[in-house]
Amino acid sequence: MRVLSALFVGVLFGLGLTISEMINPAKIIAFLDVSGKWDPSLLLVMASALAVSFVGYRIALSRRAPLFGAAFQLPSKSTIDRPLIIGAGLFGVGWGLAGLCPGPAVSAISLGKVEIYVFLIAMFAGMAVKDGLARR
Amino acid sequence: MEIVGFTPGSAAFGGALIGAGAVLLMALNGRVAGVSGIVAGVLAPLRGEAGEDFAWRLAFIAGLALAPLIARFATGEPVAIAAAHPAWMMAIGGLFVGYGTRLGSGCTSGHGVCGVARLSKRSIAATITFMATAIVTVFIVNRVMGF
Repeated sequence: MRVLSALFVGVLFGLGLTISEMINPAKIIAFLDVSGKWDPSLLLVMASALAVSFVGYRIALSRRAPLFGAAFQLPSKSTIDRPLIIGAGLFGVGWGLAGLCPGPAVSAISLGKVEIYVFLIAMFAGMAVKDGLARR
Repeated sequence: MEIVGFTPGSAAFGGALIGAGAVLLMALNGRVAGVSGIVAGVLAPLRGEAGEDFAWRLAFIAGLALAPLIARFATGEPVAIAAAHPAWMMAIGGLFVGYGTRLGSGCTSGHGVCGVARLSKRSIAATITFMATAIVTVFIVNRVMGF
């Protein structure tokens, strides 16, 4: 059930990214380009997503456990440290360069654009540099 | 500043679906819908690490990838996307996104939606940081470098 529910939620999340056009790098860049011709759409995407998740999370987390699991797994760290800020800062640079973040990039796999594959391979490489390639 | 290409209807509707997805993954599976973490988890077995969460993570990724195809069949129109920059810039961007999201423990979905919705201080700080560096980066690329 956990696998089926994840597939269903993935489709729903991906439809959100598709309909809101977050999967379109040109749209993201137009949003981030605040000093040029500015497309504020993504501000509304964030606001709408947050309005739903803010209320929904409160309802969901008021239950004792998730429907298909023993416990809610939430991040345990609460202090703002250097890796968080440096990592987020580097991520933002990449987001600005490519106009893609991980969710939209994965969603756009099925659209057959070379630039998307180039981005994804580089993203996997960047993750591997941080996480370590082979531990064996 | 000139406002162009604003699509409030699809932005609000798409955003609501993203929020609903985040809530459902928590309500059903008890997990944060953070795509960078989910993707990194799927790559973990390549490093010889046990991946007990491998199956649901792969299913979530498959769902993400299926969505544009479903949208295409539902509307009868192809999903139009355009890369704003040449492939070499996409590659550098990808490296920064991959490394940065692992170091900073999240991306737009995990920090920007799920974390901010929980009012996590870490996620709010991360979201402000990546929004700021992204805006500065685009300013440099578009205004200074002239792309």
